[in-house]
Amino acid sequence: MKKEAKIIKVSGPLVIASGCAGSKMYDIVRVSEKKLIGEIIELKNDLAYIQVYEETAGIGPGEPIYLTNEPLTVELGPGLISSIYDGIQRPLNVIRQASGDFIPRGVDISALDYNKRWHFKPIAREGQDVVSGDILGVVQETPLLEHKIMVAPNIKGKLVEIREGDFSVRDTVAKVKTESGIKEINLIQRWPVRRPRPAKEKFAPLEPLTTGQRVIDTFFPIAKGGTACIPGPFGSGKTVVLHEFAKWSDAQIVVYVGCGERGNEIADLLLSFPELKDPRSGRPLLERTVVIANTSNMPVAAREASIYTGITIAEYFRDMGYSVALMADSTSRWAEALREISGRLEEMPGEEGYPAYLSSRLAEFYERAGKVVCLGNNNRSGALSIMGAVSPPGGDLSDPVVQATLRVVKVFWGLDDKLANARHFPAINWLLSYSLYHDNLEEFLGKNIHDDFTRLRKEAMRLLEEESQLLEIARLVGIESLTFFDRLILEAAKSIREDFLHQNAFHEVDTYTSLAKQYRMLKIILEFYDLSREKLKEGADFDKIAKLPIREKISRLKYISEDKLVEFDTIENELRRSYA
Amino acid sequence: MLKEYLTVSSISGPLVVVEKTTDVKYAELVEVEFSEGSIRRGKVLESSSDKALVQMFEGTIGLDVVSARVRFLGKTQELGVSPDLVGRVFDGAGRPRDNGPAIIAKKYMDINGNPINPEARAYPQEFIQTGISTIDGMNPLVRGQKLPIFSAAGLPHGHIAAQIARQAKVLGKQESFAVVFGAMGITFEEADFFMRDFRDTGAIERSVLFINLANDPAVERISTPRLALTAAEYLAFDLDMHVLVILIDMTFYCESLREVSAARKEIPGRRGYPGYLYTDLATIYERAGRIKDKKGSITLLPVLTMPDDDKTHPIPDLTGYITEGQIILSRELHRKGIYPPVDVLPSLSRLKDKGIGKDKTREDHSDVLNQLFACYAKGKEARELAVILGEAALSDVDKLYLKFADTFEDKFVRQDRNENRSITQTLDMGWEIMRLIPKEELKRVREEYLNKYYSK
Repeated sequence: MKKEAKIIKVSGPLVIASGCAGSKMYDIVRVSEKKLIGEIIELKNDLAYIQVYEETAGIGPGEPIYLTNEPLTVELGPGLISSIYDGIQRPLNVIRQASGDFIPRGVDISALDYNKRWHFKPIAREGQDVVSGDILGVVQETPLLEHKIMVAPNIKGKLVEIREGDFSVRDTVAKVKTESGIKEINLIQRWPVRRPRPAKEKFAPLEPLTTGQRVIDTFFPIAKGGTACIPGPFGSGKTVVLHEFAKWSDAQIVVYVGCGERGNEIADLLLSFPELKDPRSGRPLLERTVVIANTSNMPVAAREASIYTGITIAEYFRDMGYSVALMADSTSRWAEALREISGRLEEMPGEEGYPAYLSSRLAEFYERAGKVVCLGNNNRSGALSIMGAVSPPGGDLSDPVVQATLRVVKVFWGLDDKLANARHFPAINWLLSYSLYHDNLEEFLGKNIHDDFTRLRKEAMRLLEEESQLLEIARLVGIESLTFFDRLILEAAKSIREDFLHQNAFHEVDTYTSLAKQYRMLKIILEFYDLSREKLKEGADFDKIAKLPIREKISRLKYISEDKLVEFDTIENELRRSYA
Repeated sequence: MLKEYLTVSSISGPLVVVEKTTDVKYAELVEVEFSEGSIRRGKVLESSSDKALVQMFEGTIGLDVVSARVRFLGKTQELGVSPDLVGRVFDGAGRPRDNGPAIIAKKYMDINGNPINPEARAYPQEFIQTGISTIDGMNPLVRGQKLPIFSAAGLPHGHIAAQIARQAKVLGKQESFAVVFGAMGITFEEADFFMRDFRDTGAIERSVLFINLANDPAVERISTPRLALTAAEYLAFDLDMHVLVILIDMTFYCESLREVSAARKEIPGRRGYPGYLYTDLATIYERAGRIKDKKGSITLLPVLTMPDDDKTHPIPDLTGYITEGQIILSRELHRKGIYPPVDVLPSLSRLKDKGIGKDKTREDHSDVLNQLFACYAKGKEARELAVILGEAALSDVDKLYLKFADTFEDKFVRQDRNENRSITQTLDMGWEIMRLIPKEELKRVREEYLNKYYSK
């Protein structure tokens, strides 16, 4: 006789149950009559160690455990876009309708709306041979997004039936004759979150993912399919920067994972996204966004899962051939959840109490990014870029989460307290940060923006570096003792800092700058430097140059709106005339 | 009839192990009868099939293994709430401390609460005028925000908290307003200061106080903020009141948490604090907020003292990661005799942007704020330079900035303990000081406002 599964110990989010022989690692179970959701994270004979995704107060030994024999999976299909889910893909708006303003326990709600009907338009034809990843048809989910219905991984055969019409996600729209019989295909795919979705092939990313943020697009760009991290102490503006990415990055789909962060930040996102318009299509940004919100006061085990839920949804859209960007705020909270569970399991800790497998888990996560050739016969390519915030204690970059992250990501945007205190935003320190994508992107930028772009960036970077050295000297001996040429470098670098790098996220025009505008801004600033230098050589008065009225106009370049870039010509001409 | 266990097998710090238990639930409330007859309470931290680990709220002094009687109450810790809470003083465990009668509860609420559904949150955007320029002008507070005061030993955080409690109001509105005050581990004198201040100003009429003094059981402190917030949730979301919650001092709360964690022999995180300190603090701080379609709100103002003035200490550090900004007090300003000694540069209010501006405070508020920050930062840099090189070595512009910084501290930051400045007064004062700096240097202000306000 099979022994019944029963709880034998409860300690916070960790529950130990007996009678679980035959269960597999990472299977989902339901805990007690309240049906709390949990996941098996360790097995010892017939004992299962379960991390419970909900508060366990009031649960005790002797209560039953219901085994599902399935791992944690997400439902993928039409209806994902514009949704807001908790860490295990339960729709928060439906929970609110069902149970009020506070989240109760044991809610069991399907991730997708099973009643809503979608219009399915077939693309594949009956009689055609199909393989995993082939596009059967499309559903126009939002005006911004055509949701492609694909053949799920592991299915291969002949398409024997396909129908056009209005269907709910569980209705059969096609039938495929496979070696093991006829498979009915509906609009849903289920996928276990901890397993990466397969793709045919990965290749190096060569296109920039523009974000509209000048310091990033020009100086420290990320590629479509790339990875980046943004560590910084509290108050340095991590979340504002990530929100700016979610708003303005030119990805087709944005998955925003609020992992153990503030509830009001999610409220802000939900408030502003329906109103903000995508600068390219003019549609509300929410129409291309999926939000996963597991705020800091929500159960810690679900926080651990939220990152995987997010990335699996992102991979699903990548498989359709889209460029997807995932923002995770913050991976430190995810690591802390890992640490908390590990502590309850009484595992031997590594650095700072974090489990020894922290860095391998982080690496696995970031490696799910990439530019790929998707499954399916048409060899479409998709990209998944990941940007993760890291919140090191006290802003200390030697923190194990930062260090483990830096080993795998290619772009590092280092936020700086001092800049934030001086209200220089985004507070990304230009001397500290780096991007390893410059070489990959050079060709694209040369072709699409200007051949000169890379040279300008290098020149500007050189000035900024010289500035930091000169300032040190000036601090010791006084600014008066520098040569006029050095002081001109200081003036030019100041202009780069204040007129180019500084960007106000809350200003209606300044919040987004296209690459074309970034190029023109930088060009004028550097032209000012070059021309002034020439004039200095000819013996012009330094103070007069430093106080040229055109500099006032340069400082307001950022407020020129995108549809009036011709104004740059006027200012360029004016600049050249200024020295007459 | 409840089952009584006489099977206590070990006592260590606040922790008691009870053997041979059946049907004990996690987080259940426990009553322990001491041999001398007194009854103290605790809760279940860990429950296995044959034993339970209990954490006592009021210490274990006088408890013995042989004669202790343990009863499991079958419910988690609750607070009985009713409108009569207002005007009362309780101890850290929720018992009346003012010699008044017990509260006849309208309903019982679990003190751990449930997380607010992020989807149900309304974004905080109503400006609260505290009458303090450094807060209203530079780090505006809005309804539903959680904004801690980072203080240190010997700084007047108590006075500032009391002043805010006294003066806070939303512009142009008359709504029912309450203050919930939770004190953890503060001294009798500090608590007495607040109670006197609340009584003298009549604020007590609209306040609920939960007070756990320094000599009260340390473990009791773990429930105190939760009791306070449960009361606040009832007042805000059941009775539609706007509630300001002041929690003082979170440092003592965290120390109690560390004490329990150490007694459980858990693997410590930084500085011996448990690895779940962040999550634990979040379950307190995140209870602040506003909810769509509900009138009331909870604004949270925790006060904590930074050990050794160190902002990177785990308590201020983790707090800063959860709260929406911070007000940092500076010892340097305090030494100069400036009250309130708010250090403007590292202080921050994250929610300010939607709470200020036209129709809320004044159109120029955001620009003025940014410009004052930038100028003050430059002024302080110039001051540092002057210390090294002497004031004579400064450039003319730097000298102006230096003068700006001095004037800013003396006029804008400094104010009287009872001085209630309106936001218009604060902004006008900002412009007055900005006139020390030439117009073309003021790059953070839009031209239209420069024209309108600079040359007034």
